[in-house]
Amino acid sequence: MSNHPCVVTINHQSKPRVLFSGDQLVEVDLPIGTRVIYPKPPMEPLNDVKAAIRYAINHPENSEPLFAKLKPGMKVTIAIDDLSMPLPPMAKPDIRQQMLEVVLAMLEDYAIDDIEMVVATAFHRPMKEEEIRHIVGDRIYNEYAPDRLYNHDAELPDGMVHLGTTKEGYDVEINARAAKSDLLIYLNLTFVPMNGGFKSVGTGLAGYKTLKAHHNPATLRKTKSYMDPNFTDKKSSALSSAMESIGRFINEKIDVFHIESTINNRMFAKPLDFLSKNEDDLTPMEQFGMKALIRSLKTLPQPARQAIFEKVPAPYGVIAVHAGETEAVHKLILEKCFQQLAVPVKGQSDIVIFPIPYISPYNVGAFLNPLLVSVMAEGYLYNLHRGAPLLKKGGTIIITHPCTDKFDKEQHLAYVEFFHKLLPQTRDAMELHKRFEREFSRNPAYIQMYRSGNAYHPTHPFYMWYWGENGRKHRSRVIVVGADNEYIPKILGYETARTMQEAIRMAKETAPVDPSITCFRICPLMLADVELTEEERAELDQQ
Amino acid sequence: MTKAAYFDLDGTLVGTSLIQPTAYYLLNQASPLKTLQRFGRALFDAPRMAVAEMQDRRNFNEILFSHFRGMTEDRIEVLSREVFEDIIRPAIYSGAHDLIRQCKEGGFKVVIVTGSLDVTTRYVTQHLGADYFIANRLEFKDGYATGKMLHPLVAGPEKAKIIVEDAHIHGYDLKKCHAYSDSFSDVPMLSVVGHAFCINPSRKLKRLAQAYRWPILDINNEPPASFRKSHSNH
Repeated sequence: MSNHPCVVTINHQSKPRVLFSGDQLVEVDLPIGTRVIYPKPPMEPLNDVKAAIRYAINHPENSEPLFAKLKPGMKVTIAIDDLSMPLPPMAKPDIRQQMLEVVLAMLEDYAIDDIEMVVATAFHRPMKEEEIRHIVGDRIYNEYAPDRLYNHDAELPDGMVHLGTTKEGYDVEINARAAKSDLLIYLNLTFVPMNGGFKSVGTGLAGYKTLKAHHNPATLRKTKSYMDPNFTDKKSSALSSAMESIGRFINEKIDVFHIESTINNRMFAKPLDFLSKNEDDLTPMEQFGMKALIRSLKTLPQPARQAIFEKVPAPYGVIAVHAGETEAVHKLILEKCFQQLAVPVKGQSDIVIFPIPYISPYNVGAFLNPLLVSVMAEGYLYNLHRGAPLLKKGGTIIITHPCTDKFDKEQHLAYVEFFHKLLPQTRDAMELHKRFEREFSRNPAYIQMYRSGNAYHPTHPFYMWYWGENGRKHRSRVIVVGADNEYIPKILGYETARTMQEAIRMAKETAPVDPSITCFRICPLMLADVELTEEERAELDQQ
Repeated sequence: MTKAAYFDLDGTLVGTSLIQPTAYYLLNQASPLKTLQRFGRALFDAPRMAVAEMQDRRNFNEILFSHFRGMTEDRIEVLSREVFEDIIRPAIYSGAHDLIRQCKEGGFKVVIVTGSLDVTTRYVTQHLGADYFIANRLEFKDGYATGKMLHPLVAGPEKAKIIVEDAHIHGYDLKKCHAYSDSFSDVPMLSVVGHAFCINPSRKLKRLAQAYRWPILDINNEPPASFRKSHSNH
């Protein structure tokens, strides 16, 4: 059987591959026989998104239509996914704005005035005014903000309501306004399969008491892939199981109506769209553009480099919208999501190369700090698989990133102390969880800056470290190519190499003879749909 | 209780310095003539105070508070309430109450350590819900201020010593204690605890904070209302 067209094998005639290394691009020569996985081309977007939204809410899944739930004088809360997804933010109009415009018009028709909108940030930093404007549009912002459109605050005194305890013993506490509403409408933009569904209300509108149920090392160790939320393999995600339990409990207590959407992977607009392509397929003009971009990025200062990528809005297209009951809606969205993202790949590899880009869900408008580099490597990219990890158990991950010791002074205030005071004491997630998390998460100064500044909650750096837990347990080594220092990789437990050739040579030292090498050539976003032979599957199950 | 949060006051929790409250005391004497005399003398001393401030915060405090010489204890007592109501209370930073509440919820004893006078500080302490304060005290003889300070003088490096002693007396683990200040003169105080935070720091302190990676907080600016919402009405 031949490979999927998105899986390319390096041969004598292959050009160097161009990989992200933070906000730089580096050209690397990969050994002959290396498998390079590219994202699928973007799926065709819906022609009329608003029509699709209207159809979805009038023909919902496993629920009565939205209009049938509406009664004059009722209290309605609309929760909205924050700007952490998609990456980078999508060009206007954002799908959330389009969903809101349709929903608000319908609520107005039914004489419903008591409407509030909450950006479901959980422990993320609060969205800034311009960011909220971006996701809801100026008209809605001007009409509803600040009194009826605002960020969730998980630390607000009397701002949370305890709904009860699930049969598994999880405390369920969510945003008070949402809990006390007659109807909660959740607007999702599901960019990766991990998001959306039961995760939305139970995480986005929750606080410490509920998040700790699943954002902990024990749960993440029992999760094979964050990106297969018990969809294909019913036992693949303990994380998803916990979220599902909490979500079902919430749905029993509150009338929740989900409107969930997903988008294609058209991350780069016209001037940069060659970045999505196989280097061997570039036209002479695109090759010139690529060379010019690589050279420019080398000479520009860091903020200018990041701006080049951030200032060009991503022309994502909406590929599906469904509405109704949480689980039924999410199932349909996940199918579409996998259809776009999942690239069929045969078998695992001994060595996997993950290029680390400049962006993650946790640094919109900020520098990708070293803790987030590790989250990208062992958390996000490692987990972008279904079926089996792309990396064989005990294999080596090679990443490309400068690992600069730089943290955003506003957003990642608490990360600095976590990284430079706690990680040098221990990298063991369980120990960090038991010894430090409770006290650190109550740090009054950090909480103050989460509430009134622009900072992530002090518990967030712990969650970030836990996010890499299943990747850390699976791999043996991580080698960084292009680090601008030695001590940051050392704190993370990583090794360094000056070049890709050196990194591969180092990785081969602990790999089987003639190891298989795969380069997961991200961005745009994709997911490895790893297919194993029966023998390989049996071996994996034994591990 | 094993930990405390030590707060400087002026410039950290309130937008005043030692100058404004002192000026209020001096400008509110028994007669216009006495007011003129006291304030004029203080103005005359201004260059000396400026030099002292640059050299050592303790000398500055001593010169500043020497202008209280001859004021009666009961007058200072009465004026202290007015100083709090008219000068300090309106200048309290918007995030100060929240920060102190969070400290208390986090299990910290909240202690204000300030070069201001104890008579004024006690009102702020009560108002903000702090547990207790350590402040400068005037010396009185026969009901009149002598113009001298009682020791220890709460300023500069002395603050660090005071915090260490206070932690020892109350059994706080200094490694778990927090300290908050806006001023470079409080670097010793920030250095003796396990967790130092700078609030609205001066340029000099900001540079140092960036080098030491002490977190910098801004509790003065009211965030845009859309950031967070009060749910008290629900």
